Amino acid sequence: MTTVSNYINAKKGILSWIFTIDHKRIGIMYLGFVLLAFFLGGMFALLLRLELITPNELILTARQYNQVFTLHGAIMVFLFIIPSIPATFGNFFLPIQLGTIDVAFPKLNLASLWIYVLGAIFCFYSILSGSVDTGWTFYTPYSSTAGGSIIPMVTGVFILGFSSILTGINFIVTVHKMRAPGLTWFKLPLFVWTLYATAIIQVLATPVLAITLLLLVLEKTMGLGIFDSALGGDPVLFQHFFWFYSHPAVYIMILPAMGVISEVVATFCKKELFGYRIMAYSSLAIAIIAFLVWGHHLFVSGQSPFITMLFSLLTFLVGIPSGIKVFNWIATMYAGTINMKTPFLYFLSFIFLFTVGGFTGVVLGTLSLDIHLHDTYFVVAHFHYVMMGGTVMAFLAGLHYWWPKMFGKMYNEVAAIVAFVFIFIGFNVTFFSQFILGANGMPRRYYNYIDEFQLLHFTSTVGSWLLAVGFFISLAYFISSLRSGKKASENPWESSALEWKTASPPVTQNFSTIPKRIDSGPYDYDKA
Amino acid sequence: MNIVKHKVAHHFANAHQEFSSAKLGMWLFLAQEVLFFSALFVAYAIFRALNPEMFIEAHHHLSWKMGALNTVVLIISSFTMVMSVRSAQLSRQRSTFWYLAATFFCALMFMVVKSFEYYEKITHGYLPSVWFSGEGTFENLHIFFGIYFTMTGLHGLHVLVGMGLIIWLMIKTVKGHFYADYFTPLENVGLYWHLVDLVWIFLFPLLYLIG
Repeated sequence: MTTVSNYINAKKGILSWIFTIDHKRIGIMYLGFVLLAFFLGGMFALLLRLELITPNELILTARQYNQVFTLHGAIMVFLFIIPSIPATFGNFFLPIQLGTIDVAFPKLNLASLWIYVLGAIFCFYSILSGSVDTGWTFYTPYSSTAGGSIIPMVTGVFILGFSSILTGINFIVTVHKMRAPGLTWFKLPLFVWTLYATAIIQVLATPVLAITLLLLVLEKTMGLGIFDSALGGDPVLFQHFFWFYSHPAVYIMILPAMGVISEVVATFCKKELFGYRIMAYSSLAIAIIAFLVWGHHLFVSGQSPFITMLFSLLTFLVGIPSGIKVFNWIATMYAGTINMKTPFLYFLSFIFLFTVGGFTGVVLGTLSLDIHLHDTYFVVAHFHYVMMGGTVMAFLAGLHYWWPKMFGKMYNEVAAIVAFVFIFIGFNVTFFSQFILGANGMPRRYYNYIDEFQLLHFTSTVGSWLLAVGFFISLAYFISSLRSGKKASENPWESSALEWKTASPPVTQNFSTIPKRIDSGPYDYDKA
Repeated sequence: MNIVKHKVAHHFANAHQEFSSAKLGMWLFLAQEVLFFSALFVAYAIFRALNPEMFIEAHHHLSWKMGALNTVVLIISSFTMVMSVRSAQLSRQRSTFWYLAATFFCALMFMVVKSFEYYEKITHGYLPSVWFSGEGTFENLHIFFGIYFTMTGLHGLHVLVGMGLIIWLMIKTVKGHFYADYFTPLENVGLYWHLVDLVWIFLFPLLYLIG
C-alpha cells in the first residue's frame, strides 16, 4: 500500500510545523494549544468545585480561592473559548469551504498563532509571579490598587487580543476576496457566514479591550486618574469600556458555535438547512446587536435608569435572531434522514442547553429580576449554559464531525457516546443546581456559604466529576484514534459540503485539483 | 533604475486579487486603530464634560504654536506620502524615494517638536498624578495631563512605527521593488500614515484649542 501525501506528512520535522504557513497545520496547532488551555482551566474549575463541597475551608485559603476562580475565568475566556472554534476549525476549514488554497494572509495567520502563544506566556508568568485575584473582569478600583501580578496578566490579555484581531482581519478579507469563482455569498456554508460575523466583532470590539487594559496599566503605573476614584476618576467608566468589548466577545464565542451546529444538523439530517438566508442574516443581526447591549452588565452599577431600560430592551432584541436560529435548526430535522451519530448528539444537547441558557439570559435582562439575581449563582449557571452548554457542546460537535477530515482516522463511536452521556448529565448536574442556588440567593465568587446550601453545592461538585470523567474518556478515544483508528474515507458522513469532497486528511493544496468553478450550494441534498 | 519584478504569492489567482486583498486588510486594520483610539476620545469627552474649567486652565500650559506647527508638518507629510505613491504608479523611482525621504523628515520634525513640548511639561511637573508637581487652581489638573500624555504618547508611538515603515519602503524603493504594476506596501503604509495624520488633526483642537 502506498501512502498518499497529505498536509500532515508532506513535510517532516518540528520546524516544518513552527514555520508553516499552511492554514490546516496552523489550525491543528491552535487546536493543541486551545485544548491545553481547556485542560488547565478545567483543572482550576475542579479545584473550585472541590473547595465548595463543604461550607468551610477545605483545600484552598480564601485568597487562593479568589486566584483560582480568576484564573479559571481568564484562561477559559481568553485562552480557550475565544479562539476555540474560529482559530481551530475556522482556520482549517474556511479556505477549504471557499474552495481555495489558503487564507488571504498566510504569514499573518502564522503570526497570530505565535502572538497567541506569546500572550499565553505572559499569562503563565503572571500565575507564577504572584497571580491575580481580581476576577477575570479586572474591575477597577480593585484591579488598579490591588497587589499580585496584574500587569503581566493584563499585558498577556492585551497581546491575545491582537492575535484575535489579526485572525479577524484575515478571515474577513479571505471571505471577500478568496472565494472560488461561482461561489456567491448565498452559496456559502453557514459556518463561513458565522465566521464572517464573528470576525467583524473581533476587529471592531477587541481594540477597545486593548486600549482599556492599556489604560488600566497606565492607571497602575503613572496614576492616569480616569478609573481610580481616589484620583478623581470613575471606576464605572472601566466597566463600560470593558463590557463594550466583553459583551460582543460573548458573540465571538457563540456565533461560530452556531455555524458548526448548522453544518452538523444539515449533514446528519441529510437535508437542506431550513431558512438558509434568514440564518445568514440573523448571524449578522446578532453581530450588530452585540455592540448595543453592554450596559446590561451594569444594571446595578449606578447607570441612569433610562439607559438601563434601553439596554434591557436591546438585550431582549438578541432573543429574536437567536430564536430564529433555534427554530430553523429544529425545522431542519423535520422529515430529515437523521443519522444519530456523536456529532448529532452534541447538536441535540446544544439545542437543549443553549435554549435554557438563552432563556435565562432574557430573565437576567429583565430589570426587576436582575436586581434580585445579579451576582448570584443564577448568573454563573446562565453563562455556563450558554458558553459551555452552547459553545463547548458545539466545539465538541465540530471536533467529532471534522475529526475524520482533519486526521484521516475514525474514533470509537461507542466510547464517544458513553463520553457524551457523562458530559451531558454531568453538565446538567453541575450547573442546573447552580440555578437553584442562585435563585435562593447564593452570591457568586464567595468562598464560604451557609449550611443550607451544602446539598446543592455537593450536587454541583459531583456533577463536575462526571464532566471530568466524560472529558477524560474523550481524550482517551481521540488518542487511541490517532494511534490506531480505522482509516476514514473521504466522506464518512455522506455530507454534501465542499470540505468532504477532498481527501481525508486533505493534501497541502486542499484539493487535488483546485475547483475552477463552484455552482452548487453547500446543502444540496435534494439534488444529489 | 533597475526594476525587480514582483511575484504574485502562490495562493492568489492574479495581481489584482493580491492588491485588493492587501488593501481591504489594511482598511480593516485602520478600522481597529480607530476603535483603539476611540476609548481615549470617550474618556476625554467625559472628563472634559465633568470638568470644563479645569480643562480650560490646563490647556493654557500647552503651546498652541507648537501644536499648530506640528499640524502643518503632518499635513505636508501626508502630501509627500501621496506624491511618493503617485511617483511609484508612474514608475518614477527616484522621486518615489525623495518623496518618502521628505515624509520621513517631516515625521522626524514632528517628533522633535513633540519632544520639546514634552520636555517643557516634564520640567514644570505637568504630568500624570504620580509625578505631578505643577501648580494650578484645580486639584485634579493631573487628569488632563494623564489624558494628554496617553493620547499624544500613543499617537507618537504610531508616528515612530510609521517612520520605521518609511525607512523600510525607502530601502525597497532603492532596490527597485516598486513600479507601475506593484506598489502595494507603499499604498498601505500611505493609508496608515494618513490615519496617523488624521488622529493628530483631531488631537490638536481637542487638546490645544479649548475655550
